[in-house]
Amino acid sequence: MKTATLVRVAVQSILKNKLRAFLTMLGIVIGVGAVIIMVGVGYGAQSSIEKQISGLGTNMVMITPGESRQGGVSMGSGSFNRLRIGDYDKLKREAYLVSGVSPVISTWTQAIGGQGNWRTSVNGVSTDYQAIRDLNFAYGTWFTENDVRAMRKVTVLGATVAKNLYPDTDPVGEQIQLRNVPFTIIGVLQSKGQVMGMDFDDVVLMPYTTARSRLSGWSRLNFIVASTFSPSDIPAAQDEIRLIMREAHDIGQFEEDDFTIRNQDELASAAQSATQIMTMLLAAIASISLLVGGIGIMNIMLVSVTERTREIGIRMAIGARGSDVLTQFLIESVVMSVMGGLIGLAIGIFGGMIIGWVTGWNTATPPQAIVLAVGFSAAIGIFFGWYPARQAAALNPIQALRYE
Amino acid sequence: MTESSVIRIENVTKDYYMGRNVVHALRGIDLHVERGEMIAIMGASGSGKSTLMNMLGCLDVPTSGDYYLDGVHVNDLSDNELAELRNRKLGFVFQGFNLLARTTALENVELPLLYDRSGRQRDTRALATAALEMVGLGDRLDHQPSELSGGQQQRVAIARALVSEPTVVLADEPTGNLDSHTSVEIMALFQELNRQGITILLVTHERDIARYARREVEVRDGRIIRDEVVRDRHQAAEDLSDIPDPDADDAPAAAEGAS
Ligand SMILES: Nc1ncnc2c1ncn2[C@@H]1O[C@H](COP(=O)(O)OP(=O)(O)O)[C@@H](O)[C@H]1O
Ligand SMILES: [Mg+2]
Repeated sequence: MKTATLVRVAVQSILKNKLRAFLTMLGIVIGVGAVIIMVGVGYGAQSSIEKQISGLGTNMVMITPGESRQGGVSMGSGSFNRLRIGDYDKLKREAYLVSGVSPVISTWTQAIGGQGNWRTSVNGVSTDYQAIRDLNFAYGTWFTENDVRAMRKVTVLGATVAKNLYPDTDPVGEQIQLRNVPFTIIGVLQSKGQVMGMDFDDVVLMPYTTARSRLSGWSRLNFIVASTFSPSDIPAAQDEIRLIMREAHDIGQFEEDDFTIRNQDELASAAQSATQIMTMLLAAIASISLLVGGIGIMNIMLVSVTERTREIGIRMAIGARGSDVLTQFLIESVVMSVMGGLIGLAIGIFGGMIIGWVTGWNTATPPQAIVLAVGFSAAIGIFFGWYPARQAAALNPIQALRYE
Repeated sequence: MTESSVIRIENVTKDYYMGRNVVHALRGIDLHVERGEMIAIMGASGSGKSTLMNMLGCLDVPTSGDYYLDGVHVNDLSDNELAELRNRKLGFVFQGFNLLARTTALENVELPLLYDRSGRQRDTRALATAALEMVGLGDRLDHQPSELSGGQQQRVAIARALVSEPTVVLADEPTGNLDSHTSVEIMALFQELNRQGITILLVTHERDIARYARREVEVRDGRIIRDEVVRDRHQAAEDLSDIPDPDADDAPAAAEGAS
């Protein structure tokens, strides 16, 4: 039989049992749909993280306490934290390749003012922080070196804090209570958006000197951020920072660093490898339903071969070869699984679009995923259709004709 | 009996092994069939008629003995070559019609042509239509088996057997599921086809049916015990008027087609 005829015959016999064919396909539909959604979401999450990390600042280098670990980004793990203001001072004084450097002292507190109260993160930083993080202002201005030296109780609100406490107004000049200490608002930041699920707008900034004396009271820094003059300076700057830090911490020649220096690319790739692992995990779980779908196809094809034993006998009697029968049943299972795969693909793309619309991610389905989904479902059709088709082809025509 | 016989079987036996038991279904059969013959194979149930037909139809191979179909030594052929022989040289008509369910008459008749690997590019639709017209069903092309009477279904089956212009048409109890009037109609059709030169072998255990053939072969216990020319040959077309037609030709099917 010609292939076109075989495909037509297969489609015809699938259409003779529409409901069953649909239920059989459902497994593949769900499997492919789930995989496509997972891959699309992972892809979207990745590209949005990429975009946001590049928006975090310019030529940024981050020094975190604790030795470097593979995979995760450690931010402020307390046990090894030996970052001190002294480290910051030394970097400020000695690092030539660094255009700006700022300590970050971070704590959570209740902010009271304007419309009520709001629990937020308070970060004590230096004046360099604005340039490092590329902060822009909606209202007011940044604090000055004088404010730092005098430990003035001035504060700059992140967009989220301002939106919640002072909606649609300019709060510059207002008082805000942080841990029962009144601060004067001198500025409000423009929105930076979310990175890795963290809201970088849900923050209150102030001079690190003020934060240390008024709020946190301890001498440890959560981390230090620095920036270089140009992207090409970053590797050299990282080396320079490392030497200075090792000296500051009095680390011997054969001892490990007790801090970690990462640049923006490294931060991005750490976050990306985390999402990549997550995506693969989700896709792996989703592909289990593909396997289940394949088993469903095999089951129905076996039933179908038994039910159609007489049909097989008739076809053989009028000249069908074993290979014709094999191909017929194989094409039937492939057509079913590919149709299921295409429906699943449509659902997956559509589902990904909805998720993208809800989360604001760019959940574009990569074209490889489409090819893969169709190819994979065809492979499942062949793999799980093979055994039933072999059973059909191996039938003895006389016995098949006698089958009741 | 010459070398040009369409069918030539010599000392053919067929044994079936059922566990430790052996059933000798055929115990040494010799049969020569010439072009244009119409032979009725008679015999009691279990005498080996179907086994013989399956062998002649290349659905089964003999345990011993030789089978030549159109000069080809069938014993030597592979499964694929047997399939091709069934497709090109043989037409089957079964007792239970064996049409594909939920498939139109036209598609059923077209089927053998679709399995034809000879590479002959042919208009399968036109050939199938012509075959259905030949059996008088030119107006039922798009009917499915469930929408046809038993007689009509058997006509479709005959059209399917004819469409590939086979050397021999083999019919195993073609009237077994039909009432007597319809049976005679079918026999009239076979006689008409035979008159046009088609070689026909049919199995029946009814003497009334056998007398429409030209030659009668009787099988008992796997052996041919009688092989003679039919002396009082009837013309089915003439007999039809004598047999009451219980109901119209489009009565419901006497038996189900293939499911
Ligand atoms: N596939 C088979 N396996 C075992 N025995 C069989 C098989 N087919 C036929 N037989 C036996 O062979 C004998 C002849 O059967 P069959 O040719 O069908 O007779 P008929 O068609 O004349 O009624 C019977 O005894 C039957 O039981
Ligand atoms: Mg029989």
